[in-house]
Amino acid sequence: MTDVSGCAAPDQAAPLPASVDLEKETVITGVVNNADGDAVGGAYVRLLDSGGEFTAEVVTSPEGVFRFFAAPGSWTLRALSRHGNGDLTVDATRGVNEVGINVAA
Amino acid sequence: MSRETALVSADWAEKNLEAPGVVFVEVDEDTSAYDGGHIPGAVKIDWKKDLQDPVRRDFLNQEQFSRLLSERGIGNDDTVVLYGGNNNWFAAYAYWYFKLYGHGDVKLLDGGRKKWELDARPYSTQVPSRPATSYAAKAPDTSLRAFRDEVVAAIGAKNLVDVRSPDEFAGRLLAPAHLPQEQSQRAGHIPTAINVPWSKAANEDGTFKSDDELAKLYAAAGLDDTLDTIAYCRIGERSSHTWFVLKELLGRENVKNYDGSWTEYGSLIGVPIVLGDEPGKA
Repeated sequence: MTDVSGCAAPDQAAPLPASVDLEKETVITGVVNNADGDAVGGAYVRLLDSGGEFTAEVVTSPEGVFRFFAAPGSWTLRALSRHGNGDLTVDATRGVNEVGINVAA
Repeated sequence: MSRETALVSADWAEKNLEAPGVVFVEVDEDTSAYDGGHIPGAVKIDWKKDLQDPVRRDFLNQEQFSRLLSERGIGNDDTVVLYGGNNNWFAAYAYWYFKLYGHGDVKLLDGGRKKWELDARPYSTQVPSRPATSYAAKAPDTSLRAFRDEVVAAIGAKNLVDVRSPDEFAGRLLAPAHLPQEQSQRAGHIPTAINVPWSKAANEDGTFKSDDELAKLYAAAGLDDTLDTIAYCRIGERSSHTWFVLKELLGRENVKNYDGSWTEYGSLIGVPIVLGDEPGKA
């Protein structure tokens, strides 16, 4: 396993790699906040397709940032954390789609 | 094998953090999570640096595995409790690996790091020092591991379970949706494989569904109980999760993990590939 990137989520707060072609990729990115408006690091963000089926999951960076490489269309983001959970629906298009998710107990 | 012997709960884990003869091991591909805080007393194994051969495309041999566990201070008689991120994918891979090399008592922590975090249980940044042991791995049990020729021969003859997401199965994506999609191998799936994404076996908090729910899931997907089974994904860790469910929780016989998985199969010259949502014909 030296030439194939694995399945663990890359650093969520890192800048987009130069190899990512935003003409082709659909990036869904954003921040998870708690009821006090503070960013929640270590939250689990799940990407569900338009039928509600699980597609992918990442852990937010210490700054509460997450990022998915998806496809154009309707997606649901579901955040789970020790501060509670939250949901958001997004209609993604090609390029970068920025969103925010609030979690509450 | 059964749920009682193969799995421990977060409650059990928290009560047994200092139990003699019990070693907690965090297994991840990205071990920065461990460095930022782990279950108190746990040692770490890096899926890529520690478990893969540094040169050949293969995992550690018997001697290398013995050396690794000796260095980590794990003895043959220890109860090893594995956990990690990514819903225990890499921990399940390590579980399969410990079984392959004949470790006596190995268990998965149900829900892994996720359940631990969502329960707001304690972490430690202290790296434990465990005295080195003289671990002796057994010869690899190849009844648990499928190789490519066996997989090609299994088309239309055995259960092939593709545990990737539906879009990866159909060939619309080459990797999970949290990763860039730039890989170059062919997309699609092995003919006659059924698609049961690994995630269907897990609850939202990362714990495994009940035995009853799991049995129904695979029956509804068309898994034939009378046939041997090979599970695969992209690099063999998500399929370890499903291998664990079928072999260790549901107690099915003759279940193998194809760790070469799609990164190998989808790069082979001349093998059949099916595109789209249906399993396809042999």
